[in-house]
Amino acid sequence: MRMFRSVTIGQHIPGDSIIHRLDPRTKILSAIFLIVLLFLVNGFVGYGLVALGIALVIRASRIPWKFVIRGVRPLLVILVLTLTLHLFMTEGRVIFQIWFLKVTWEGLFRGLMMGTRLILLIIGTSMLTLTTSPMQLTDGIETLLRPGKKIGIPAHELAMMMTIALRFIPTLLEETEKIMKAQMARGADFQTGGIMQRAKSLIPLLVPLFVNAFRRADDLAIAMEARGYRGGEGRTKLRELKFQRVDVVALGLVVTFAVLVGVFF
Amino acid sequence: MKEPLIRFTDVNFIYAKTHGREGLAALQDVNLEIFEGEFAAVLGHNGSGKSTLAKHVNALLSPTSGQVVVAGLDTSDQEKVWEIRQKVGMVFQNPDNQLVATTVEEDVAFGPENLGIPSAEIQRRVTESLKTVDMLSYRLHSPHQLSGGQKQRVAIAGVISMLPKCIVLDEPTAMLDPEGRNEVMSTIHRLNREEGITVLHITHHMDEVIGADRVIVMDEGRIVLQGTPREVFSQVDLMRSLHLDVPQVTDLAERLRNRGYSIPQGTLTVNEMVMLLCPSD
Repeated sequence: MRMFRSVTIGQHIPGDSIIHRLDPRTKILSAIFLIVLLFLVNGFVGYGLVALGIALVIRASRIPWKFVIRGVRPLLVILVLTLTLHLFMTEGRVIFQIWFLKVTWEGLFRGLMMGTRLILLIIGTSMLTLTTSPMQLTDGIETLLRPGKKIGIPAHELAMMMTIALRFIPTLLEETEKIMKAQMARGADFQTGGIMQRAKSLIPLLVPLFVNAFRRADDLAIAMEARGYRGGEGRTKLRELKFQRVDVVALGLVVTFAVLVGVFF
Repeated sequence: MKEPLIRFTDVNFIYAKTHGREGLAALQDVNLEIFEGEFAAVLGHNGSGKSTLAKHVNALLSPTSGQVVVAGLDTSDQEKVWEIRQKVGMVFQNPDNQLVATTVEEDVAFGPENLGIPSAEIQRRVTESLKTVDMLSYRLHSPHQLSGGQKQRVAIAGVISMLPKCIVLDEPTAMLDPEGRNEVMSTIHRLNREEGITVLHITHHMDEVIGADRVIVMDEGRIVLQGTPREVFSQVDLMRSLHLDVPQVTDLAERLRNRGYSIPQGTLTVNEMVMLLCPSD
């Protein structure tokens, strides 16, 4: 029973394309522009243009289309829900009516709009995580937040917390699996019963997991201190992020595109 | 006489009172000198104070009374703590709980990053350190893909990338399988021999002590016995009274001697035993 083996975090696909080699900050900022743009645009022409832009990026990243499409699958339920709600809840010109449920042209239009918006949002932002390793992502976030230090944003601490979380997720999953097996060997049942019963059966799993996690945290703190860690002050990096000419060009393109599409559509 | 790298003078350490219980005296009147280039092993059963001793060497703990001096720096001096931690690296028991970063190379870089060393130099040191522990090909792996022995070797690389004078290993093999244990032991012996790094190896495995220059036996916070492995393991009765085993071969030698064979005390290795039992002509 290898239940957690398939879990991939950040779903990063290593590669050497131009998109992969961009500075993580460029990609994070572009993703933010994309999100804003998607909420500004109102109309299928605009969405079409955005979709075209994203398609170009996917093409340049050389990531197989099916990986990108697969990212949408977990959100299928939400998509269907959005579409249905809009379909039935919007007032307007009735297409047809079943009992008290009215399907309207306006509802169809809005539902499709929202659906497209969501799909583009997911695919667009997943290009960030697909082409950027978690480590780079953390580095990028840290440097982007650094100016916020003056107003009390703990940039380094947040980045360090993210790194440690990423480091320990697989370890804790492995441990969960181990404890689960140990408890099952002693007759614990995680699979049957109602929702309350199942929630209750998780207690013998969660208690040891948490106790161990706290002990790990303690050990790790001592180990970090022993290796001279004393916060972000005066720390250097194995690899400094470098903003290159490609990044300036890429960011320029993204901003121009976003402004044009945002203003005209 | 040369100044020792590490010197404990009349060190006492009492753990702070917790939950109304009396504070526990973990070290009592410890006097110890470790010289540069030495491979010293600290032996003792659980609760003998050996881990507490280890944590004093790089200022994770400072003595309640007495003095610990490392490379001329007093560990009680708050301003010198970081300098001491650069000079004395520490490897812990649990391989999972001491790796910080998501890739091997990032983890090895963690120490030098804390020291504020320029990127180019860090990259050079990471490569060097990983080569030394024979883990260079795992550079981009993430820690959870490695075996226990490999994780400990990465932890050792993470320490030597800070260019320490001394490495303190606090039961680094306790959670490893025999194979992992061999990997780690041969790595630290090689570091001691080839890089001249002083090693303080804390363990309760008798077999890991045999290759050391000196064995320090602890019991209830005191150093009860010191000497070469041969000298220490000659004291079979004393060792037993401290709830410590002697290596299998030494035990066999003892039994044979009790049966009237003339086998010298402190026979340590299988080869020695073979030579004694069937001397080749």
